[in-house]
Amino acid sequence: MATQHSRSAARFMMAPAVMLLLAWMLVPLIMTLYFSFKKYLPLRGGDLGWVGFDNYVRFVSSSSFWPSVTTTLIIVGGVLAITLILGTLLALLLDQPIWGQGVVRILVIAPFFVMPTVSALVWKNMFMDPNYGLLSYLWEFFGAEPLQWMSHASLTSIITIVSWQWLPFATLILLTAIQSLDHEQLEASEMDGATALKRFWYIVLPHLSRAITVVLLIQTIFLLSIFAEIFVTTAGAFGSKTLTYLIFQRVLESQNVGLGSAGGVYAIILANIVAIFLMRIVGKNLDK
Amino acid sequence: MGRIVLEKVTKKFEHVEVIQPLDLTIEEGEFVVFVGPSGCGKSTLLRLIAGLEDVSSGDIYIDDQNATDLPPAQRRLAMVFQSYALYPHMSVRKNIAFPLKMAKLDQAEIDRRVAAAAEVLSLTDYLDRRPGQLSGGQRQRVAIGRAIVREPSAFLFDEPLSNLDAALRVGMRLEISELHARLKTTMIYVTHDQVEAMTMADKIVVLQGGVIEQVGSPLELYRNPRNRFVAGFIGSPKMNFIEGPEAAKYDAHCIGIRPEHIGVSETKGEWKGSISVSEHLGSDTFFHVHDTGLAETITVRAGGEVAFKHGDTVYLSPRPEMIHKFDAEGLRL
Amino acid sequence: MARAVSFNRKTFNTVLAWSIGLLIFFPILWTILTSFKTEGQAIADPPLFLMFDWTLENYAIVQERSDYLRFLTNSVIIAGGSTLLGIFVAVPAAWSMAFVPSKRTKDILLWMLSTKMLPAVGVLYPIYLIFIELGLLDTKIGLVVVLMLINLPIIVWMLYTYFKEIPSEILEAARMDGASLRSEILYVLTPMAIPGIASTILLNFILAWNEAFWTLNLTAAQAAPLTAFIASYSSPEGLFYAKLSAASTMAIAPILILGWFSQKQLVRGLTFGAVK
Ligand SMILES: Nc1ncnc2c1ncn2[C@@H]1O[C@H](COP(=O)(O)OP(=O)(O)OP(=O)(O)O)[C@@H](O)[C@H]1O
Ligand SMILES: [Mg+2]
Repeated sequence: MATQHSRSAARFMMAPAVMLLLAWMLVPLIMTLYFSFKKYLPLRGGDLGWVGFDNYVRFVSSSSFWPSVTTTLIIVGGVLAITLILGTLLALLLDQPIWGQGVVRILVIAPFFVMPTVSALVWKNMFMDPNYGLLSYLWEFFGAEPLQWMSHASLTSIITIVSWQWLPFATLILLTAIQSLDHEQLEASEMDGATALKRFWYIVLPHLSRAITVVLLIQTIFLLSIFAEIFVTTAGAFGSKTLTYLIFQRVLESQNVGLGSAGGVYAIILANIVAIFLMRIVGKNLDK
Repeated sequence: MGRIVLEKVTKKFEHVEVIQPLDLTIEEGEFVVFVGPSGCGKSTLLRLIAGLEDVSSGDIYIDDQNATDLPPAQRRLAMVFQSYALYPHMSVRKNIAFPLKMAKLDQAEIDRRVAAAAEVLSLTDYLDRRPGQLSGGQRQRVAIGRAIVREPSAFLFDEPLSNLDAALRVGMRLEISELHARLKTTMIYVTHDQVEAMTMADKIVVLQGGVIEQVGSPLELYRNPRNRFVAGFIGSPKMNFIEGPEAAKYDAHCIGIRPEHIGVSETKGEWKGSISVSEHLGSDTFFHVHDTGLAETITVRAGGEVAFKHGDTVYLSPRPEMIHKFDAEGLRL
Repeated sequence: MARAVSFNRKTFNTVLAWSIGLLIFFPILWTILTSFKTEGQAIADPPLFLMFDWTLENYAIVQERSDYLRFLTNSVIIAGGSTLLGIFVAVPAAWSMAFVPSKRTKDILLWMLSTKMLPAVGVLYPIYLIFIELGLLDTKIGLVVVLMLINLPIIVWMLYTYFKEIPSEILEAARMDGASLRSEILYVLTPMAIPGIASTILLNFILAWNEAFWTLNLTAAQAAPLTAFIASYSSPEGLFYAKLSAASTMAIAPILILGWFSQKQLVRGLTFGAVK
């Protein structure tokens, strides 16, 4: 399959995609690096000269920095845990023979099609509003004091909303993987006397490892940069400020580009640490 | 048209030399079969000729034109793949017409040629089906149809029959031979099936480890194998090889005698032994004889209706003029 | 699957699965229902489920107040344009990776995916500046390009996995049949990959449709798509639930309808081609 002709054609055909992405990655990255070493306030004097690592030091020593890292990790970790666990259970259920499987599947994947701004708005107002939200009625119905969702349980709220959006994806991938499981293998282990729990643990779960990796990888990519859900709900207040959002505020709200860029560099480093870690796993799983 | 010459052709994958410097001339109209054990480089050699792989060094000439750097599309060769490689989204008609469409023939000519090919291959009734709706044998014929319509300089076949069942295989073998007799176009055919090689070939090329062991007509190879490898590879059942004192009697390191060249008798002969296994095929019977005082078990071919059975004592006598002698390197003496 | 399951067990599973399915779908259903209520009914205590005076007035008001159709058109152009442009760039790249793999193919693929991990905020300002410089701010073409770039790795990845399923012998056969590279891709590869390409297009259309970082930050009035349309409803207090619902329904309806009609490709696409 590989002749000189096809190899040079291949290089030629890959070039546009590679070059576009390279430019997309390098140009802004270099500019961000450049700004991060400057005092740069577009509305208050513009470029005020080189400041060395000042921005980096200031960004990390700001009282919002570490909380924002923690918040990011809690949200990403929380959503991953919820979607993986619920997704696996739901996939196991949907793999069973049921009536109307196709319709149920559609119902389950529907949240994925809802744009983040819409789902955040709908959840915030119509469900989590302390006065008129449906959840408040529910709480009251059971005689409980309605929660101040956005202010008192901001992280829980955001994790709930984002999990709702991503559960369909996890479920679908895991369901597809479960359906490709060799059912004879399960039957054989049943003959060997393995209990349902053991069958799940020793046969189903290992079979799902590739699918779980895919869910982890793709969701992490998207979750690290969630923005609209926070922008629309709490706007970063009440301890829901992720690293992404913190940088957004530095750049656009306080118009401190130098400081924001230093933050951007941190975010890029954080993302790369996660990326290297994930790529390792995926790279290994790709070979199968 | 259809003379193919390879000069000092080599092929390396990574650092492994899969084809060692190799010279080969395939004459116009010849039916050449490449045989050899699995992994010896048959497919690689075929793909080099096709242009699907680049040679690492050396030259390939097709009809006296240096084709080494030509892409496959310009070599005027047609190939039939082991998996048939039909286009699943096209009807049989479109599959067969595809090379003609690529050659930008006009539609009337395309229709005429497709109809003719379908006729020859008895595919006329299936022209509007998709490959997925055909049997293995029919798919094979479509693949052949796709190859013959463009009237190439040569056909390349890579184990085209290996996915068919035994009965179909015999039928298709005959069809391909007939096709060759009629078209008189050069054909290069890769197989590891003895019978295909012996029955179809004008010329057999025996390969081992990327090296040509011998080239010759089937009977030449059968009668005068150049070395022990070819002797053992051509002919079925396999030639018996005997080493040690018995071989020394002939001044050889090793002697070889084909099962069909050994006489069997109840009463007298050169080697006395007993039958460990006898295989009755109806037309033939094969005995495996041991306890002959030789280190090796000897395979013997007898007529269909012999009455020997397991455990019987028999006498074997090789026909002296049919004994092949080899030296310690395996070369024929 | 081939096992006989007792009737009771199947009934139980069905009830459970439907309950969970409806629960997950409920927020969407509730939004759609509320969009047909009056503002008063939308916040009625106890909540009204179906027994209310169905009305279309919210839709009329929303269209009048914020010119829904203009946002819709922008969304279609931006999502559609970026997806098609992405496919156009990605098909050749995916072809090379799938059929002429080299030692670096896997690294390139992973590198491409890793560019997805580049946090958008990290580079927001530079892009913003570049956009101003090139006069792309608040233009559809600018967003088409940006969304194409952020989805490109996923498009390449998905096409790659779909192409990989096509036996390379078939492409070699085309080459032997005299097909040029262009014909090979046009007449053989593409038709065989149509289902995969369709899934890729669908999924990326949806991703682009829903993208809310760049679309919110790089547009103002002219090029704003539905994400911005809906964000303008982000601070209604209680009394505007019905209108919020109508606007939300209008923003997600095109995708829900599209999804309904192309379930099969979507389900396939949603797995990003990563699981068989
Ligand atoms: N693309 C490749 N990369 C590396 N090694 C290869 C490649 N293709 C073939 N080889 C190696 O080259 C040698 C010859 O392979 P080839 O396919 O020509 O064998 P063959 O004679 O056709 O065998 P078979 O009868 O099993 O088809 C083998 O050892 C094989 O592993
Ligand atoms: Mg082979």
